[in-house]
Amino acid sequence: MSNQFKETQEQRDKLNAVLEEQKNVPGSLMKVMQQAQEIYGYLPLEVQARIADFLNIPMEEIYGIATFYAQFHTEPSGKYKVGICLGTACYVKGSGDILEKLKTLLKVDAGKTTPDLKYTLDATRCIGCCGLAPVMTVNEEVYGKITVDDVERIIAKYND
Amino acid sequence: MKEVTLKINGVSVTVPAGTKILDAAKKAGFNIPTLCYLKDICNDGSCRICVVEVKGQKKLITACSATVKDEMEVFTSTPKVIAARKTTLELMLSNHNKNCLSCARSTNCELQKLSLEYGCDTKAFQGAVTKSRVDENDYLVRDNSKCILCRRCVAVCNKIQTVGVIGANNRGFASEIGCAFEKKLDNTSCIACGQCINVCPTGALHEKDDTAKVIAAIEDPEKYVIFGTAPSVRVALAEEFGYPIGTDAEGKMVSAIKRVGADKVFDVNMAADMTIMEEGTELLARLKDKTAALPMITSCSPGWIRFIEFYYPELLPHLSSCKSPQQMFGAIMKTYYAEKFNIDPKKIYVVSVMPCVAKKTEILRDDEAAAGVPDVDVVLTTRELARLIKAKSIDFAALPNEEFDNPIGQGTTAGLIFGATGGVMEAALRTVADVLTGENLEKIDYKAVRGTAGIKEAKVKIAGNEIKVCVAHTMANARKILEDIKAGKCDYHFIEIMTCPGGCVNGGGQPIVPSYISNNVDVKALRAKAIYDKDKKSGLRKSHENPVVKALYEEYFDHPNSHKAHHILHTTYHKREKY
Repeated sequence: MSNQFKETQEQRDKLNAVLEEQKNVPGSLMKVMQQAQEIYGYLPLEVQARIADFLNIPMEEIYGIATFYAQFHTEPSGKYKVGICLGTACYVKGSGDILEKLKTLLKVDAGKTTPDLKYTLDATRCIGCCGLAPVMTVNEEVYGKITVDDVERIIAKYND
Repeated sequence: MKEVTLKINGVSVTVPAGTKILDAAKKAGFNIPTLCYLKDICNDGSCRICVVEVKGQKKLITACSATVKDEMEVFTSTPKVIAARKTTLELMLSNHNKNCLSCARSTNCELQKLSLEYGCDTKAFQGAVTKSRVDENDYLVRDNSKCILCRRCVAVCNKIQTVGVIGANNRGFASEIGCAFEKKLDNTSCIACGQCINVCPTGALHEKDDTAKVIAAIEDPEKYVIFGTAPSVRVALAEEFGYPIGTDAEGKMVSAIKRVGADKVFDVNMAADMTIMEEGTELLARLKDKTAALPMITSCSPGWIRFIEFYYPELLPHLSSCKSPQQMFGAIMKTYYAEKFNIDPKKIYVVSVMPCVAKKTEILRDDEAAAGVPDVDVVLTTRELARLIKAKSIDFAALPNEEFDNPIGQGTTAGLIFGATGGVMEAALRTVADVLTGENLEKIDYKAVRGTAGIKEAKVKIAGNEIKVCVAHTMANARKILEDIKAGKCDYHFIEIMTCPGGCVNGGGQPIVPSYISNNVDVKALRAKAIYDKDKKSGLRKSHENPVVKALYEEYFDHPNSHKAHHILHTTYHKREKY
């Protein structure tokens, strides 16, 4: 795991309550997974292992479901979701270079989260504002017509 | 039972209600091709190769999963059916690594056979190929570029072994068989049984090939290469050379290994006899000791050992402390044999030929190095031995029958029956009965523990003592017994557990029998029959009567469970973390 798993007692108690409640309910796995994700925000190995042991289901079966459905995440998201559009317009305007710059700056691959859970870097498809190409987003903020040199300045704003 | 009459290609056939179309067609004399189907294990209907046409139905249906109905009219090879199967195969081939010429499963591959039969164009569909990985470890290689996602390996891992460390991850084109969190297989609670290999229709799964190591050792003039062969290798090896299932080829096997270049070829049956002496003595001691953990459970099968270490570590005290026959064999070679013939144990290279891939992990365990060097240097599966024989251009069919080398080649057929489920139990009872009665008993066939039932139990009266025994194979069955022990509901004294269905004869390292044969023939029963037939004719059927065993105790170990025997022939176990 790239990120160290941490949990609060409250999260632990909540998951235990869900497991107890669904213990003898046939076909309850999806429900348990959804509720566990609500509690933790994602489904890390430690949580999947606990579900597996409690419901007596191999962890691989749970992981298979978690990777089949887009609604489940096996890694936590960062506080800031940094998106760089790789749609056609942005791409021809050089968003590929911007992605590379973001990777070196944040020291993380596309689709991954930094160990301090601050940034998640996403290479997105077209986000529908090609007039501003190339486009980068940080959570709800949109930055258009940017260059490789702008990247450091934009990220610095979110350095809290 | 209610019966159903239907027509298959115009032929009327009557079968019990609930029968699948596949089996009804078989009864009517028609074979329907399958890929993902494994009798009693896997019939998800996911591969679509067994599709057939049913009158009145627009869509083709899968014969392996659809049940028969009265007055149904099924057509198994109409042009529409043939075209659908061919397209399915060609789509599989479009995403398949087709380096078939040197693939481990070439000529024995189910996809290859069907592609040939249906005249498939290997380039019918071209385009993107799934980015797949190769997962290699000390015992097994998974090459997903050859995987057709039939899920037979997943079914066997889940249902037969209740291990479930592999499954389908991701979705659509990115789907891949793998482990949770994309871990490497040897980083999971895999027990290394290798049953996934045996059921794989293609070359996506195979054992880690160690034949090169053996060839290098043979070529090394410094090395004294000793081969030892497990009981069940001799009744399966010949299948790799075109002989029928259940052929005993002990003599040819020995002569082939001598031609491969071994310095000595010995029989691991001898070490199995030693196991009986040590384990039988341990059992008698535990029966007398009120504080000892009972039931005692056998420890010969390394997949089973991994299973209990991962899943039931609290029950480890029930395991016999005896090393497996393979490890006893290696230990005896590097201690007794080395001393007797004045050979440096570091120069002895023990090649163990086994029906098993878990044995490849067993040699790497702690506490398996009696002479300060590993007891066994390398393990070859039955399949690898065949590969080695072929690589050395040895004409197997023309080979004479030769005998194991002296002086410690000889094993009894009590050791031999270790190869089938129930065999260790029967061999132990033969010896324990003689020891307890102080007589040489003639009634030594314990038929209650033979056969392929999943769990067998028997009560045996010996010299006024009633001994309750149980025999189980596959981890699904073992789990039931272990749960009973945990619940305090188990009053057996002695339990034999084997990892693979049918025991070692059907081990994960045995010749692969494609599903179009194994779905119709009980492979494990045929191989076991060859073993029991040999035992019936044998003049030496009790481990304690083996002259080699007697000599080993007289010259070296003193008596079973002696201090020296404990040091060399026994081992320890430890809990393993599942995740």
